[in-house]
Amino acid sequence: MYVAVKGGERAIQSAHELLAEMRRGDPEVPELTLEQIQNQMGLAVDRVMNEGSLFDAELAALAIKQAQGDMIEAIFLLRAYRTTLPRHGTSEPIETKDMRVLRRVSAVFKDVPGGQLLGPTYDYTHRLLDFTLAAQGEAPTEDPSSDLSSHAFETEVSPDPEQMARVLEILERDTLVETPKGPDVPSRDLTREPLDYPVDRATRLQALARGDEGYLLALAYSTQRGYGRTHPFAGEIRSGVVSVSMPFEELGYALPVGELLITECEMINQFQGSADVPPTFTRGYGLQVGLSERKAMSMALVDRSLRADEFEEEIESPAQDEEFVLSHCDNVEAWGFVSHLKLPHYVDFQSELELIRKLRDARETQDAS
Amino acid sequence: MQAELTGYNFAYLDEQTKRMIRRGLLKAVAVPGLQVPFGGREMPLPYGWGTGGIQVTASVIGSDDVLKVIDQGADDTTNAVSIRHFFARTAGVETTEVTEEASLIQTRHRIPESPLSEGQILIYQVPIPEPLRFIEPRETETRKMHALTEYGVMHVKLYEDIAQFGQISTAYAYPVLVNGRYVMDPSPIPKFDNPKMHQSPALQLFGAGREKRLYAVPPYTDVISLDFEDHPFEIQSWDEDCALCGATDSFLDEVIINDAGERMFVCSDTHYCRQNRDASDG
Repeated sequence: MYVAVKGGERAIQSAHELLAEMRRGDPEVPELTLEQIQNQMGLAVDRVMNEGSLFDAELAALAIKQAQGDMIEAIFLLRAYRTTLPRHGTSEPIETKDMRVLRRVSAVFKDVPGGQLLGPTYDYTHRLLDFTLAAQGEAPTEDPSSDLSSHAFETEVSPDPEQMARVLEILERDTLVETPKGPDVPSRDLTREPLDYPVDRATRLQALARGDEGYLLALAYSTQRGYGRTHPFAGEIRSGVVSVSMPFEELGYALPVGELLITECEMINQFQGSADVPPTFTRGYGLQVGLSERKAMSMALVDRSLRADEFEEEIESPAQDEEFVLSHCDNVEAWGFVSHLKLPHYVDFQSELELIRKLRDARETQDAS
Repeated sequence: MQAELTGYNFAYLDEQTKRMIRRGLLKAVAVPGLQVPFGGREMPLPYGWGTGGIQVTASVIGSDDVLKVIDQGADDTTNAVSIRHFFARTAGVETTEVTEEASLIQTRHRIPESPLSEGQILIYQVPIPEPLRFIEPRETETRKMHALTEYGVMHVKLYEDIAQFGQISTAYAYPVLVNGRYVMDPSPIPKFDNPKMHQSPALQLFGAGREKRLYAVPPYTDVISLDFEDHPFEIQSWDEDCALCGATDSFLDEVIINDAGERMFVCSDTHYCRQNRDASDG
């Protein structure tokens, strides 16, 4: 009996077998391929890559398959693999002005140089379940010539080699918006060095970039509802492909090593000014791999909130509190600690039981006397 | 038992990472009770399930080590089994359940009942390394409090317990003062185990993976449980003896044996319990 209470080797083995069976599901149904996941669940793949901090769509698809679509489990799998990989170096900063733009919207000007480009977005879809998809048939596209498969998507991307200026850069010229400062210290890898509060903005952004989408969304939302209000406008959101270059020491210059589909969001926020600074617009920044607009926007709002100290704003809400936001934004850490409550706590509980009994006895004796 | 894992370094972590952790441990040993930040890695086991202890074990383990892993004092709890497998697979080391035979003991929530000896290393899994955390949640503040030896708040907390309950109401993770300098969280061991830390001949290492902190108590170091002259520290005691081995001196787990809520009390340290039974059988 006693041994049964303490789990064991066989229980773990059986649990793994059951899990494998459940993951596969009905063997009559064809098994998902990684290609299918990558192609048809691309936004899930993007999220796993972002929060897993490893930009390999095939591995992300494998993680999603192995985790039965549980995003945090998939992110965990990818992270645990990432930690074993060697670091070859640091790429040059990417230049989002050179992006081959797939989507670009600004909510602050009706038109901007380069234009507004809707791209593939759910924004204006009516959220009606499409039963033609359920019938295993593809939904008829309205215009048969508009093929939005990922293959065509590469050519849809604006081939214009000319730079598309960022909207906020245009405002910078009139000094109406702050000019961003580059980091004072070389960027560090927070998966190699522990966070040390207070942290610089670049490190903060790194933490937010890997942070949980739901958590950042909720925090961002809280600032809009008045908990650390930042009066935001979506200055610009753009998605597209940028080139990534690595510096090669032997050559003395950098060479492109590949391309990355990314989403960038710049928020414009009001600032009343201070004794030394006239009223001006400030900014919040969000960057994610893939088409991860919800996360990029949330990140930008939270980034701005966390700059409260810099603008001498009163820090009174959770989204403005650096230690609070950053200590809890990592979902692998968060779920690990919450889930560890499933582990045995017999000993601590026994200690508490003993204590409570003692306290109650003491009270009874006291009441009796 | 699963086969040894190929394609990974001995004990999973790469040598550079182990070296980084060992440097942190050396500092921790040099300043007993000081929390040393380290570049904790993401392990293939979840945060909160012993990643700190696992990284410490991986950094100090050698092929001739004999490893014991316990959780709640028991060798056969699921997570202890899982962690022991991890090292059996990634390091191929010998494992044991016998406390005296182990050169390394990784533990969660208990210190073995059998006295440890010189040369043994006890590695604790730590969830929250900061003893002041539940009084002051901010790292930036608690760091200052440690630097200034500003531990008054801890005594106030213990005093408030006495004022409210007539006694200190902390039953586990009971704060200790190490080497007369740092207040330290002994990890969530029952206060029953606290006296075992004091002047222990074994090296005690602590790893907190999620919080990325290491700390240590070198052999033969003072570890004093905080108390007051008129309310001295005391440990738990039971009216019952162990129902299996009859031990009167060990920490007992309470087990509910039927729907009527009847209980039995048994040793939480499974090895100690078996040893006692074997001795009385023989």
